[in-house]
Amino acid sequence: MQRLQALANRSLAAGALNRHPNPLPVKALKLPFCAQTVRFKTHRFIDQSGLKRFSTAEATVAARDNGKVREKTLTMETLNPQVKAVEYAVRGPIVIKAGEIERGLQQGMKQPFTEVIKANIGDAHAMGQQPITFLRQVVALCTCPELLDSPVFPEDAKVRARRILQGCGGHSIGSYSASQGVDCIRQDVAAYVEQRDQGVPASWDNIYLTTGASDGIMSILKLLVSGERPSRTGVMIPIPQYPLYSAAIAELDAVQVNYYLDEDNCWALDVNELHRALQEAKQYCNPRVLCIINPGNPTGQVQSRKCIEDVLHFAYEEKLFVLSDEVYQDNIYSPDCQFHSFKKVLYEMGPEHFNSVELASFHSTSKGYTGECGFRGGYMEVINLDPDVKAQLVKLLSVRLCPPVSGQAAMDIIVNPPSPGEPSFPQFLKEKTAVLGALAEKAKLTEQILNAVPGIKCNPVQGAMYAFPRIFIPPRAVEEAKVLGMSPDMLYCLRLLEETGICVVPGSGFGQKEGTYHFRMTILPSTEKLKLLLEKVQDFHVKFLKEYASLDEPLI
Amino acid sequence: MENGVISHRGKVLTTDTMNPNVKKVEYAVRGPIVQRAVQIEKELKAGMKKPFSEVIKANIGDAHAMGQRPITFLRQVLALCSYPELLNDNKFPEDAKNRARRILQSCGGGSIGAYSASQGIESVRQDVARYIERRDGGIQSDPDNIYLTTGASDGIVTMLKLLVSGEGRGRTGVMISIPQYPLYSAALADLGAVQISYYLDEERCWSLDVRELRRALNAAREHCQPRALCIINPGNPTGQVQSRQCIEDVIRFAAEEHLFLMADEVYQDNVYAEGCEFHSFKKVLFEMGPEYYKTVELASFHSTSKCYMGECGFRGGYMEVINLDPDVKVQLTKLVSVRLCPPVPGQALLDLVVNPPQPDEPSYATFIKERTAVLTALAEKAKLTEQILNTVPGITCNPVQGAMYSFPRITLPERAITEAKEKGQAPDMFYCMKLLEETGICLVPGSGFGQREGTFHFRMTILPPMDKLKVLLAKVKEFHQSFTQQYS
Repeated sequence: MQRLQALANRSLAAGALNRHPNPLPVKALKLPFCAQTVRFKTHRFIDQSGLKRFSTAEATVAARDNGKVREKTLTMETLNPQVKAVEYAVRGPIVIKAGEIERGLQQGMKQPFTEVIKANIGDAHAMGQQPITFLRQVVALCTCPELLDSPVFPEDAKVRARRILQGCGGHSIGSYSASQGVDCIRQDVAAYVEQRDQGVPASWDNIYLTTGASDGIMSILKLLVSGERPSRTGVMIPIPQYPLYSAAIAELDAVQVNYYLDEDNCWALDVNELHRALQEAKQYCNPRVLCIINPGNPTGQVQSRKCIEDVLHFAYEEKLFVLSDEVYQDNIYSPDCQFHSFKKVLYEMGPEHFNSVELASFHSTSKGYTGECGFRGGYMEVINLDPDVKAQLVKLLSVRLCPPVSGQAAMDIIVNPPSPGEPSFPQFLKEKTAVLGALAEKAKLTEQILNAVPGIKCNPVQGAMYAFPRIFIPPRAVEEAKVLGMSPDMLYCLRLLEETGICVVPGSGFGQKEGTYHFRMTILPSTEKLKLLLEKVQDFHVKFLKEYASLDEPLI
Repeated sequence: MENGVISHRGKVLTTDTMNPNVKKVEYAVRGPIVQRAVQIEKELKAGMKKPFSEVIKANIGDAHAMGQRPITFLRQVLALCSYPELLNDNKFPEDAKNRARRILQSCGGGSIGAYSASQGIESVRQDVARYIERRDGGIQSDPDNIYLTTGASDGIVTMLKLLVSGEGRGRTGVMISIPQYPLYSAALADLGAVQISYYLDEERCWSLDVRELRRALNAAREHCQPRALCIINPGNPTGQVQSRQCIEDVIRFAAEEHLFLMADEVYQDNVYAEGCEFHSFKKVLFEMGPEYYKTVELASFHSTSKCYMGECGFRGGYMEVINLDPDVKVQLTKLVSVRLCPPVPGQALLDLVVNPPQPDEPSYATFIKERTAVLTALAEKAKLTEQILNTVPGITCNPVQGAMYSFPRITLPERAITEAKEKGQAPDMFYCMKLLEETGICLVPGSGFGQREGTFHFRMTILPPMDKLKVLLAKVKEFHQSFTQQYS
C-alpha cells in the first residue's frame, strides 16, 4: 500500500479522458508524473536555502542574507496551461516506471522476473522484427552513394537510390527538401494511392510528406482550430482513441467531442452515436472535424465498406472535415475483413460527395510490415482542400523546413517496392509475407488466450497491432485505486508491471466507457515471448481477482 | 455556395474559418520569392527562354544543395547503421564500424528503425554532454539536461510553447532581435505570443546594445508580460559574432529582468573573422558565478544542419536546458513524448558530430582534411562577399564574421519605392523579385527578417562554390547598378 501510494504520487492518472469521480486534488496535479528523484532534489534545494516557492505568475525576488535570489521565470504556475493539459499515456507514467525497473534489473536489482517486456507501444523493431532488406539497402545507398559501385547491392535498389538522389538538392539526402517533400517521392506516393484505390485518381500536388503520421495530423488539426467558446472548433474522436488526438486537441485548446465505439459489436462505429455526440457538442462548441482511425488503434477493428460510406455521408450532411488515420492499412488479419480507404469509398459515392467532402488521410513508415518508426516517415493526402488554405498549409510546413529526408526515402520504398521481375522481388515478398503472416497468427493467439481468462474479454484483433481487452476489476480494487487517486486500470497495470515485468497501457489512457476497464497490449513480441507474456497476464489476472475478491462476491 | 458548379456545400475549412494564428505566420526564407524561383526553374526545364541559364538559390543555408560534399565519415557510419550487413564489409574503416555498433547497441532491438526515448537516445545524450563540457572548458553538462530534437527549430518551438501563457496584458512577450531568423516571428505568431523587437546596431556591425534591450523591454511592459529573450549568436541573417562582454551584459540583463534566455547557437562552428571567437552562453553564464549560474534559466540550441556538416535533411539537433524547474522539465518530457521521438538517423548523425574521429583513429586524417576544407572555403567566401558587395555604390555590407549569410543594406531610389508601394510590395521584395526575374538569383528581402523603418536589405548565403559565388556577386553588382539607373 505504501509503495502504491508512492506510485500514485508519481502518476498523474494517465487518463485525461477518464472522468474520474474523485478528481485528483489540485496539489497532486502539480506533481511530476515520474522522476521522484528530481522532486527529492527540489525539496532538498528548498530546505538548504530556506526558500519558499512563490506561486504567483509574477517573477518574485526574495531577500536572502547574501543578496537577491530569483524565482524561476518558468514554473508550473506560469507554464502554458495547454501544455499542462496534454496527456500521452503510451509513453506515460507506466512506461517511465518500466524504464526504471529495467535499469534496476541491469544493475542487478532482484525482481520476480528477469526482463521487462514492453508491450506498450507499436515499436516492431524494438520487439525483434527485422528490417526489410530492400528498404535498408536503398537507404544505405542514398546515405553513402559510393556504395552505388558496390556489387553487394542489387540493381533495383540502386535504381531506386539514384532516382531519390536525383530528386534531392545537390544529389544529397543532406539537403533540405521542398517543405511538402521530395517531388519524385510525392509522385510515387500518388501512383501508389491510385493503384491501391483501383484507379481512383490521385494528384501528387495533394500529397504532403510528413515527419511520421503524427506530424501531419497535428498540422491539419492546427489549421482547423479557430473561434472562441462556445464556437470554438470541436473535434470528434473515437473513444477509445489513440491519445495523440486528445493530446493535440489539448495543446491546440480545441474542444474534444467523444463518440463511443461499440465494444459489444467488435468496436464498430455506429452513425447514430456520431449523431448523438454531434448534437450534444453543438451546445458548447462548433464541431467541424471528424477523426476516424481505421484499422482501429487501440481497438483493432477494421471498418466495413458500408460503415465508411455511412460515416462519409454523415460528414457530408453535417459539414465536417474528415481526418482518416489509415496508418495500419497493411495490417489486416481477419480473413473476412478488408481495408477500404476513405478516399476510395468517397469516390465511389459519386461526384457530389467526392467533390465536396474535405478529407485528409494519413499513412506512415512506422507500421505495416516495415515497422520503421525511427525514420519518422509518413505522408498525408488532402482532398478538396480550399486552394487558399493549401497555400497556408504549405507556408505553415515551410517554417519547419522539411520532413527528415531519410524518412522520405523510406516512405518511397514502401510505396514503390520491388515488383515481380526485379531481382529483389522474391526476397522482399518473402520478408513481407513472413512479417504479416506472423502478425496474423499473433493476433489470433492473443485473442484466444485472453478470452480463456475468466474476467477478461477480448474482441477479435481484426487489424492494427493491438489487443484492447476488457478486464473485470473487483470493487475492492476499484476502491483502493480511488483512495490512491489513480484510475483502477492504472492500479492494475502498475501491479502487473511490478509483479511480472510486463508493460501494458491502461485503458484510461485511451478513454473508455465509464465503469469499464481495459488495457492495450501490442501483439508485436515474438510468438514465443508473446505466449509467455499472455500466460503471465493470465496468472496475474487470476491472482489479482483472488486478492481483491470480496467475501460476499463470488469469483467470476 | 462558393462554387456552385462543383458542390452545393461550402467548404468547412476556408481562410475565413481557419486558425487565425496560422494566417499570421510568415516565413520569408521559403516565401513567395522562393516559390517563384521554383517556378522559374520549371520554366527553364520546359525550355522557356530566360536571360540566364540557371537559378542560383542563395536564399537558404542549404550547403549540400549548393554542392558541398558530405563528410565521408558521417555518411559511412550512417550507412552502416542503416544496413548493418555492411559491418562485414572490409571497405569501411574500423572506427566507423565501432561508432555504428555503439549507436545500434543503444537502439531498441539494435535497429535505427525503433523509436528512441522521446528525449533521444541515452548514449547520444551522454556524448552531447561530454562534447559541451569539452567545448566549454570543463564546465559540467548533465545528459539529463540534453534533449535531442528534430533540427534546432523543433527545440526552439517547443521551448517557446512552454513559455506562452496569460491573456491580454498578461500574455507572454518574447524578445527577439531585428533582423531575426523568421522561425522566431513565425513561432510567436503560431503560438499567439507577443513579439518584442529589439534592434541590432547596423552601424556597429550588428552588435547588441543592452540599452536597446532595456528600451524594448520597458516599452513592451505596457502591453504584455515579457518573459523570454532570444539571442542568435553567431547572427542569422546578420553574421555578427557576439563578444564575451556583450554576452555577459545580456545575461546580467536577463537575470535582472527575470527573463528566460534562449541562445540559438547553431552557427557556433561558423566563425570566420579574425579576432572573433565563439563563446557559448552557458560558459559565460557559469563564469559569472553561482549567483547567475544557479538562477538564470537558459536553453541553448545546436543542429546538424550548419557548421562544416551541412546535413540539413537529417533534421538532427539538440538543446541543453539549464535551471529549468524540475516540474516543468517533467512537462517538457511529456510534451515531446507525444511526437514519440526525433528521427533516429538524425540522432545518429548528431552523435558523430559531437564525437568525431580522434587523432589515433584511421578516419581522423580524412575527416580533418574535409572539415578544414569546408570551413576554410567558407571563411574565404565570407571575406569575398563582403569585399565585392562593398564595391557597389548603394550597397554597404558589414563583415560576415560568422554564420552563412551576408545581409547588406541596399539604397533604393525613391521611384522604385513608390512603384513597389503601388504594387503593394515591400520595396526590397520588389527589388529581389526583379533580381530573380532578370538574373535567376534567388535572395530573401530584408523585410522578411525585419529591419529599421526606411532601410532595405537582402539576405544571401555565402554557400555557392567559389566560382559560382563570383558570378553571383558580379550579377548582383550589375543588376544593382542598372536598377539604380532605371529608377533614378
